[in-house]
Amino acid sequence: MNRVEIRAEGFSHFFGEIQNLKSISLEILAHEILGIIGPSGSGKSTFLRALNRLNDLVPGSRVEGLLEVQGQDIYAPGTSIVGLRRKLGMVFATPVPLPRSIYENIAFGPKMAGVKNRQKLDDLVEDSLRKTALWDEVKDRLEQSANKLSGGQQQRLCLARILALRPDFILLDEPSSGLDPISTMKIEESLRQLKSGFTIILVTNNTKQAARVSDRTAFFLMGELVEVGETGRMFTAPSDPRTNDYISGRFG
Amino acid sequence: MTRLERSEKLIRLSLLIIAFSAVSVLAVITVFIFEQGTPVLFKYGFKNFLLGLDWYPGEKSFGLLPMIIGSLLVTLGALVVGVPLGLACAVTLTEFSSKRVRQVVKPMIELLAGIPSVVYGFIGVVILVPFIRRTLGGPGLSVLAASIILGIMILPTIISISMDSFTALPKTYREGSIALGATRWQTVRLVLFPAARSGIIASIILGMGRAVGETMAVIMIAGNAATIPRSLLAPVRTLTSNIALEMGYASGDHRQALFATGVILFIIIMILNTAANMTSRKRKG
Amino acid sequence: MRIDPRKGQAVARAWLWVLTAVTVFILFFIIFYILRKGLPVINSAFLTKNPEDMGKAGGIFSTIIGTIALTFMAILMATPLGVGTAIFLTEYTAQNRLTRIIRFGSECLAGIPSIIFGLFGFILFVTKLGFGWSILSGGLTLSFMILPTIIRTSEEALRAVPQCYREVSYSVGGTKWQTVTRVVLPSALPGIATGVILSVGRSIGETAAVIFTAGSALRLPTSLFSSSRTMSVHFYILAREGISMSNAYGTAAVLIIAVLAINFAAYSLMNRFMKRYS
Repeated sequence: MNRVEIRAEGFSHFFGEIQNLKSISLEILAHEILGIIGPSGSGKSTFLRALNRLNDLVPGSRVEGLLEVQGQDIYAPGTSIVGLRRKLGMVFATPVPLPRSIYENIAFGPKMAGVKNRQKLDDLVEDSLRKTALWDEVKDRLEQSANKLSGGQQQRLCLARILALRPDFILLDEPSSGLDPISTMKIEESLRQLKSGFTIILVTNNTKQAARVSDRTAFFLMGELVEVGETGRMFTAPSDPRTNDYISGRFG
Repeated sequence: MTRLERSEKLIRLSLLIIAFSAVSVLAVITVFIFEQGTPVLFKYGFKNFLLGLDWYPGEKSFGLLPMIIGSLLVTLGALVVGVPLGLACAVTLTEFSSKRVRQVVKPMIELLAGIPSVVYGFIGVVILVPFIRRTLGGPGLSVLAASIILGIMILPTIISISMDSFTALPKTYREGSIALGATRWQTVRLVLFPAARSGIIASIILGMGRAVGETMAVIMIAGNAATIPRSLLAPVRTLTSNIALEMGYASGDHRQALFATGVILFIIIMILNTAANMTSRKRKG
Repeated sequence: MRIDPRKGQAVARAWLWVLTAVTVFILFFIIFYILRKGLPVINSAFLTKNPEDMGKAGGIFSTIIGTIALTFMAILMATPLGVGTAIFLTEYTAQNRLTRIIRFGSECLAGIPSIIFGLFGFILFVTKLGFGWSILSGGLTLSFMILPTIIRTSEEALRAVPQCYREVSYSVGGTKWQTVTRVVLPSALPGIATGVILSVGRSIGETAAVIFTAGSALRLPTSLFSSSRTMSVHFYILAREGISMSNAYGTAAVLIIAVLAINFAAYSLMNRFMKRYS
């Protein structure tokens, strides 16, 4: 049994008066791929963004309860948010390459973290691009603008961008929603290979993707965690009828 | 918390100080103008300033009424000249011309907004004033000359902002009206003008502000006689010219009186500004 | 009697085009007239020699230097202040009463006539602070005048940067200041530069505020505390005192060419900036 890396206990989130996470209690284990599924508005993305405190950017954001990463309460005063965000790298639904070269995109995070040595940056860039199977495709044009890449390549670039920071966790928020099936497949393949080095949390609107890729799956509905369990069981014999209804497509 | 994150608080504070300094400039200017101008307003009486007909600083007579009327007349005249021309231009360029024409002409008009006011005044002196003198009589240096030149000066402002107001209107307004069988002109007259009204009014108020505040061009062509003009062809002095003309050699109470002129001008502009703000906020809200 | 709307439109269109043509004609005529009378006066001597005989002879070199010095000072002081304020308003605060007050103050500043700035500059810098009629007084006064424009254009440029860029920066561990300097500002730079360039154009043409703060000395300025005449002040004095009409035209032509070139540069920059984000 792997150790617990992330622990939520009675964790709730509010935007002003609206509560969009209702007392979530959940454990995420090391080196697993946890899929989070649920209809729109169920709080999946909010939970993901609570993990790296990206919700803090929205005025009126407020939390209650406990959320621990590697044993530390991440909402305790004095927490280094910057360190937290480097530890939990996030990939967004729409690939957002920064308006600079491919090399500079990957080196962006490490440079801000203080890495100055050119050789070290080169190594980080190559290593991250290899891990996302992009290296061979772009190694001859690292100085080119990242905007020239295709959608699928851009998304893999975004993944490489966070890998350059050597995170412990990879958070993905519907990463293949805008991508064609081949690019989706490439991303999912990368995730399987990265699993051994990272703990991965994948929010997805596509239940079949969760079924393909994740070890365990959590089902969110209207801000509540309805059920979490081993993926095979969740998709064949879920305990909660609501889970069954969602997976079988009766709503969503 | 990293050291970098702690210094973030310092950065925010520094930027707050910068922002506040920028705005306190306004406060400082207001304070100074009022500090210099109000004592003399009280010494000689506010009513005497506002309603007095005689501006004879040598005899301590500081009646600003001719200049107030002068500013009003010249501004009104500028609007009479500038608004119809400006709106016509704006409508033609947005509703009756192709995109290419618009893309070429609009930047050119905005470029013209950068021409210094002294140049406008100069053109007035060498071309317009003699023309008025020859064809209509009088000294040429007149309310009419000032109104025309000022009207031309505010054209870029009115055209630019009105054009923006028209292009900001949703396409559906035009499409809906045409679909009901209206001609484009009817659409402009009955649908677009009312809809763009607050933007147009804001542009007019801004143009008015520019006209009221204009100094150099007016000095060159308005004649600068400190009396209430009897006709459009009579010379006139505005509040702004009053200050600029005599500041160079005024002292003592005379100088303070010029500051008092500044105070009154300031108040007028603030009123116009607030009106413009309220109108454009109505558009957004 | 009902007029056929199509006839009504034809009449209206005719009128509109006439008025538009008149407007465009007037505006272009002014430039054309000045250039036609002024360009022949301009030669290398005109641009490199100082005014002689109160401006009746010689060139306008000292006024060119004066203009450059004053404008440079104004931009130097107003740009950090203005851009800093814009950064604060867009990146460091939510839309609340504080930002509304600051923005209202900035817009009021924008509406104050230049003669009032001249008065203010005269009292504060020339007299109270004892700088006298000088480039320093003039530059300070001008910087206050262009401050609102720089704040407004910088704010617009900053707001135009897509929010997702900021999100990316934060999500890889960037602090707010790092995000501003490494992501937001570089993207907003063309827009900010446009505002600065436009302010340069405005400073060059400014007369009322300058006459009362920088004075009108014809000599080449030697220090920040020298009084100096700018091109627009020189032009005004030449024209009003009737000293030399041809030199007046020449000065005006130089002024117009400078302003048009600068504004043209600003609008080209702005267009390139818009293309990137639309």
